[in-house]
Amino acid sequence: MTTSLGNGDFIVRNLSKTFVRHGGSGARCVRAVDDVSFRVPKGTSLGLVGESGCGKSTVARAILRLIEPDSGSIVFDGIDVRAAKGAALRALRRRMQIVFQDPYSSLNPRRTIRQTLEEPLRVHLRISSKEIREKAEAAMVEVGLPREALERYPHEFSGGQRQRIGIARALVLDPELVVADEAVSALDVSVQAQILRLLEGLRERRGLSFLFVSHDLGVVRHFCDRVCVMYLGRIVEEGPTVDVFDRPLHPYTRLLRDSYPVPDPRARRPLVQIVGEVPSAANPPPGCGFHPRCARADGLCSVERPQLETVSDDRARACYDPEATDVAWGGLRIGAR
Amino acid sequence: MTIEVASVAVSQPSRLWLAFSKNPLFWLGALLLAIIVAVAVLAPLIAPHDPLEQNIVARLEPPSAEFLFGTDNYGRDVLSRLIYGARISLMVGFVAILIAMTIGCTIGIVAGYVGGVLDQLVMGVLDVMLSFPALLLGLMIAAMLGASLQNLIIAIAITEIAPFARVARAPTIALKQQDFVIAGRALGFGPVRIMGVHILPNLISDVVVMSSLWMASAIRTEASLSFIGLGVPPPTPTWGSMIREGFDNILDAWWLAVFPSLAILLTVLALNLLGDALRDAIDPKLRGE
Repeated sequence: MTTSLGNGDFIVRNLSKTFVRHGGSGARCVRAVDDVSFRVPKGTSLGLVGESGCGKSTVARAILRLIEPDSGSIVFDGIDVRAAKGAALRALRRRMQIVFQDPYSSLNPRRTIRQTLEEPLRVHLRISSKEIREKAEAAMVEVGLPREALERYPHEFSGGQRQRIGIARALVLDPELVVADEAVSALDVSVQAQILRLLEGLRERRGLSFLFVSHDLGVVRHFCDRVCVMYLGRIVEEGPTVDVFDRPLHPYTRLLRDSYPVPDPRARRPLVQIVGEVPSAANPPPGCGFHPRCARADGLCSVERPQLETVSDDRARACYDPEATDVAWGGLRIGAR
Repeated sequence: MTIEVASVAVSQPSRLWLAFSKNPLFWLGALLLAIIVAVAVLAPLIAPHDPLEQNIVARLEPPSAEFLFGTDNYGRDVLSRLIYGARISLMVGFVAILIAMTIGCTIGIVAGYVGGVLDQLVMGVLDVMLSFPALLLGLMIAAMLGASLQNLIIAIAITEIAPFARVARAPTIALKQQDFVIAGRALGFGPVRIMGVHILPNLISDVVVMSSLWMASAIRTEASLSFIGLGVPPPTPTWGSMIREGFDNILDAWWLAVFPSLAILLTVLALNLLGDALRDAIDPKLRGE
């Protein structure tokens, strides 16, 4: 096994990524990820939530070096991920894997499942063909598929089965951290539950750390120990999942939570109506990114950006509002539909 | 959750073969091409006459029992020239396209995968090449290198590189954003492996289908260059030069141009049928299970 320099924690500090698009009228910069910091202690799962385009998938890919970040530091188990090159980077890749959203584009249509699962083993491990076969079969069984299915091609499987294969591929190298980039979002609800149960089982059996990127608060609440809420490329609130969703400290978190339908007719409440659109990341508003849509914004919010600051017992938020607690709020610009 | 499982594990070559054998058009194309190749290979055994032997007395004879496809301006047997010409045409077509496909695909995939400045540079050069008609480009190269079979193949191969590179580059750019390619990078696969194992097999069917068409265009270019005198020097028979020679006498000796044209037509047809069958067989989604 790899010698451990740290304690297995995954730490991201001040991560930023700007995409530059060269168009007809000069270059346009989109700050997709802006000064994002978080930590995934070994064996825990961190949720990353936010609406489409908030940069959460960019974070997921940047920390695996699938997109090169512009600045910031990524440290996994004491190893500087951003500085790793060649053999060191390959060794790191073994330990950090990704599960994708779309089960249809995540498998090479020309390769049998066996080829797909055995290839990483052949590239990384110097073990006999027999051991490789056994490992691939074990991974298949671990995700709940029969080993006979190894000889088949991806198009012969359903979406949920393909997602299991994608998970098996991520697991064959025995990684320690798995980044799940909207891993259940494209699946039917019943299949979602199966896959979530599978991931939970894997986390318990293997002691995996998870970065769980999702827009689905219910799934995150179910799966994650802690959660980061992202808005316009920045983390606006961070804390233990249950606390954050039960008692949001940032107006945006509250808005997100109140937009999420609750499957209980007695708990029916007017759906929130959100004022305004998400500002373009290419042209973000000055100050707090959320202030144009926030009822509690005052003068300072549109001038200076609030920093993510620890509030109390393990929670942090980026907001100036002094009384932004669940009880005190009525002022968020929401109305009955 | 259960899934039905194939009773027998079938290895990949036999799967391909199964897909082939069920396609009647594959058999037609294969049969045609087999005949043409056999004719080319066995030319000395089956040609009724010496293709180069001139017989001034028997000039421009119409098809008869002795000269099945008639004779040309110098009294040479058209059938025998056709049989020998198959060797040149097939060789030029196959070899030139094989060279062009190998080089063109490599250029297209690397340019598309690496992207950035390299991509722009390479595609700029290829655009310049594409802006010349194939014949003109082939003419320039053949003129520079001199007239010989080898140089003809090189010239035609170079003219066909750019279209292959284009056909390979476009799907590469789409494929490199697919999750399975990104997964390959996350799994620590090197760029050569990703391009060779994950990108190439997913675009090769496009390339193969196109190559059957371009083989036809290569045979045409060969014909044109041979006519101008930059191809295989006379009196070696090639289908192209036979058509061009026959063209002068099209009104009073139709057999001179018609039989070589028919030969080209059948060869191109066979190639297209095979190309289609190959595409269907390579793509697992089009396979009837």
